[in-house]
Amino acid sequence: MGNACAVIGVGQTAYRTKRTDVSIAGLVREAALRALEDAGLTFKDIDAVVIGKAPDLFEGVMMPEAYLADALGARGKPMTRVHTAGSVGGSTALVAASLVQGGVHDRVLVVAWEKQSESNATWALSTHPPLTPSIVVGAGGYFAPHIRAYMRRTGCPDHIGTVVAVKDRQNALKNPYAHLRIPGISREMVESTPMLWEPIRYLETCPSSDGAAAMVLASESAARRAPNPPAWLHGTAMRSEPIFFAGRDTVNPQAGKDCAADVYRQAGITDPRRELDCAEVYVPFSWYEPMWLENLGFCGEGEGWKLTESGATALDGDIPWNASGGVLSSNPIGASGLIRFAEAALQVRGLAGEHQVEGARKALGHAYGGGAQFFAMWVVGSEQP
Amino acid sequence: MPPSDTEVGALVADHALEFPGGYTRSVGPVIGRFLTELRDGRLVGVRTASGGVLFPPLEYDDDGEAVTGEFVEVGPDATVQTYAWVPRPLPGHPFDRPFAWALIKPDGADTALLHALDLGEFEPGAKQPKTLRTGLRVRPKWRATRTGGITDIECFRPEVTMIGAPSRVEYRLSAGKALTRFLTGIAEGRFLGHRCGVCGKVYVPMKGLCPVDGVPTTEEVEVPDTGTVTTYAVNNIPDPRAPAVPFVSAYILLDGSDIAMLALVAGIPADQVRMGLRVKAAWKPREEWGRTMENITWFEPTGEPDVPFEDIQDYV
Amino acid sequence: MNTAVVAFAQTEHTGEDSGLTEVELLAPVITAIKERTGLSRFGFTCSGSLDYLAGAPFSFVSALDAVGAWPPISESHVEMDAAWALYEAWVRLQHGDIDTALVYGFGKTSQPGRGGGVRHNTGLRALMTLQLDPYYLAPLGVDQVSLAALQARAVLEGGHKEDDLRAVAARSREAGRGNPYALDLPEPGDEDYEVVPLRPYDCPPVTDGAAAIVLATGDRARELCETPAWIRGIDHRIEAHSPGARDLSRSESAALAGEKAGARGVEIAELHAQFSHEELILRDALGLSDDVRINPSGGALAANPMMATGLIRIGEAASYVHRGQARRTLGHASSGPCLQQNLVCVLEA
Repeated sequence: MGNACAVIGVGQTAYRTKRTDVSIAGLVREAALRALEDAGLTFKDIDAVVIGKAPDLFEGVMMPEAYLADALGARGKPMTRVHTAGSVGGSTALVAASLVQGGVHDRVLVVAWEKQSESNATWALSTHPPLTPSIVVGAGGYFAPHIRAYMRRTGCPDHIGTVVAVKDRQNALKNPYAHLRIPGISREMVESTPMLWEPIRYLETCPSSDGAAAMVLASESAARRAPNPPAWLHGTAMRSEPIFFAGRDTVNPQAGKDCAADVYRQAGITDPRRELDCAEVYVPFSWYEPMWLENLGFCGEGEGWKLTESGATALDGDIPWNASGGVLSSNPIGASGLIRFAEAALQVRGLAGEHQVEGARKALGHAYGGGAQFFAMWVVGSEQP
Repeated sequence: MPPSDTEVGALVADHALEFPGGYTRSVGPVIGRFLTELRDGRLVGVRTASGGVLFPPLEYDDDGEAVTGEFVEVGPDATVQTYAWVPRPLPGHPFDRPFAWALIKPDGADTALLHALDLGEFEPGAKQPKTLRTGLRVRPKWRATRTGGITDIECFRPEVTMIGAPSRVEYRLSAGKALTRFLTGIAEGRFLGHRCGVCGKVYVPMKGLCPVDGVPTTEEVEVPDTGTVTTYAVNNIPDPRAPAVPFVSAYILLDGSDIAMLALVAGIPADQVRMGLRVKAAWKPREEWGRTMENITWFEPTGEPDVPFEDIQDYV
Repeated sequence: MNTAVVAFAQTEHTGEDSGLTEVELLAPVITAIKERTGLSRFGFTCSGSLDYLAGAPFSFVSALDAVGAWPPISESHVEMDAAWALYEAWVRLQHGDIDTALVYGFGKTSQPGRGGGVRHNTGLRALMTLQLDPYYLAPLGVDQVSLAALQARAVLEGGHKEDDLRAVAARSREAGRGNPYALDLPEPGDEDYEVVPLRPYDCPPVTDGAAAIVLATGDRARELCETPAWIRGIDHRIEAHSPGARDLSRSESAALAGEKAGARGVEIAELHAQFSHEELILRDALGLSDDVRINPSGGALAANPMMATGLIRIGEAASYVHRGQARRTLGHASSGPCLQQNLVCVLEA
């Protein structure tokens, strides 16, 4: 994976349904300036800027790197725009890391955002182009059949999704940036909400948020001069597979398994549940926690729901997942993957505040997108590998 | 325009990408102050950290440095820096007769604003007037009713001379070779697919290539309009193109195909749909058929016994 | 890590919609480049495309069908010209753990516009408005050609004549007629201005097309190609967005990218100049002397399959090296209004 690379700065905005107090540039600068402050740097110290977001249709600003160049201090520097569907936040972080790992730059600013309130996610994701032979049913309608297939395959009880929905929202109460903060969240409350796309209930889905997140990634020499503890990259990987093909396992996609195997190999991990201290995993619908527990090798196939049910993934469990509250609590869609990567870094830097996992030294950041076909992951640690 | 339906010729359709009502853009404090002043008939710039006056103001200068909080009134007299003459305006342009775009620097500002410059009435295609030049002194023409937007200035006009947006993108899209062939089959009441020459799998609809092997496919295969539900969702969110909620969207594995396709299932209460259910396409009356999937209203149960899960588990 | 362009393939670009989807345009190009290299798997894959050209989100998802992404591949995508995808792949190869990468881009500028590919690109002209500052520029409805014309005026005021623009267009169209992949466009006639001072031949034609490049490192490059085109320098830079904050008569970002990439001593330069005057600005910014051959392919004025046009410049520049027609060449790509962002790649035998 090339030269050493570390996260030396993290910045996040408050995630809200509507951030009407800021412009698009104001939103991304809020995250970027906080990341720079954490790193003890200014725009002048940055060599290159990488930005990422989901489809431009969300804000109606096409190829927004052009408009945002000055706002992110990129004048006279290289600037890149990444787009890999829902995994984009993760891929954007990896493209930025690659610039350091490849020995091209010493300090790279990476920013991802979405301002979903400027239009509407359902419209932007399903524009109903003519001629399409398949019906378009939005993200929930797409993923619900695969969740049903998981339930049928494993024979798990119906309440597992509810357990995740409650756990992640309880964690969100400890995260000042989180969007959904529901005091007294309970299984009864989740189960009283309507089925949107059966088997997915309203409170088992992610919200639509405005927000941005940023990181400063640094080479070894630059990381040594950072004022706050760095999070070192131990492994980085991306994998993609086609969305529809004969024999595709949509419940447990091969691309996710291969991506995890690659990132664990680089990080020297053979037993992720034991060797990782926590994970920030892209779970936009509650059922994806048990599904990804299996896909990412935290347990055997068909065993994910048991891990969730046992409380192992809770903040006080042996392998906390989404201590930040996760995508279920905050979802500025293009930034959601980068937030997972950034939260993993905050954990191993010991800077996660009230939702800090005690003594976390190694963490997984994960993002997926498209029809669960694009994957991006990294493992970060408090020690330099 | 509905999809064109001639027997020969490529299948095309018009398409418009338009967020209903237009995007809602929050502007933040600096642009907000500018637009507020603009609405009230004043031009303001903002003082940058290095002492210049940035106009129109942004939260940052072109090096990304935050600006000071000091707003400075500039203009309204201004100078044309450079310009472009538009003899034939496009539909989204501010005038439907010839005009110029210009970079305009108000007195007291260090940067320029792009805006329209009205030089009077011209016939479509008119030559660039001689009065248009760098250094031309201009003033804004304010709209009578202003709402706080860059178009509160209707345009700029030369000093003491004569009197003079929501987003919609339109397309014509091609269905492509493979889909055109598939929908031509649907127009004849047939489901067509391709068999991959490498892996032997049958794709309905065909793509003209195998996504696994990355090779072109050409061997055409016809499959019946019957199949099996592999998995499904019960949708409670209304959709204009679906029956009343709840409606069922299901992956249907057509007999003889190796890939399930997403379609509606009806003719059975939503809570009785199940994995393994046998279904058949419900076709509209033949006289309503065209080269579109709308020929098929949905799939409905055949009444045959269910297929055991073991036989379909590799397709979910 | 010594990295080279070892293969390049492109479609025979068309000036109108040929009825193929983007993935159908791309698939034969991928097939061709796999045959040319004998490779079916690559260490890394990266592409460039634009959702707004297709009028729907995620245009890159179906493109993956053309690649044969099974078993799953290490892959990424930029919503930029595919020249930036090539840059990302080049960076990835510098890690040293992989030795090949596939890069591709595709676009159909015939699709935007009421009723499709209408006269003089009015669909694309209007579409590009969406790339501008959403508060101060986009609401004005200022289009791509109008902005380019503002820059052209600034170039003319710097001492150039309109005949200089015409000469660029004439040479580009003539070269394009000799290039089987570019469009057959007539000699510039006496057409009226599109937006003064730009005439239709100073503007890029409607074009549909796709292109792909394979990169390889070290000995692998020598195995795959008789004369690899080694990347001696590659760099890209962006400048301020607002045309009112820039000196439009020059391109500071192109000059900086050229300096970082070492744009000296080249025999041939393939410049991504979508408008005639942009070539004049770029020659100046890159310090190209009069004996450097510019755009023997015809450049973007002879074929502009957007999102692949910049990648094609690098592919063409590499092909001159592959064929032994030059020892040192330059490929350039641009993005953003009025040459806001520029990439320079210097290649050598």
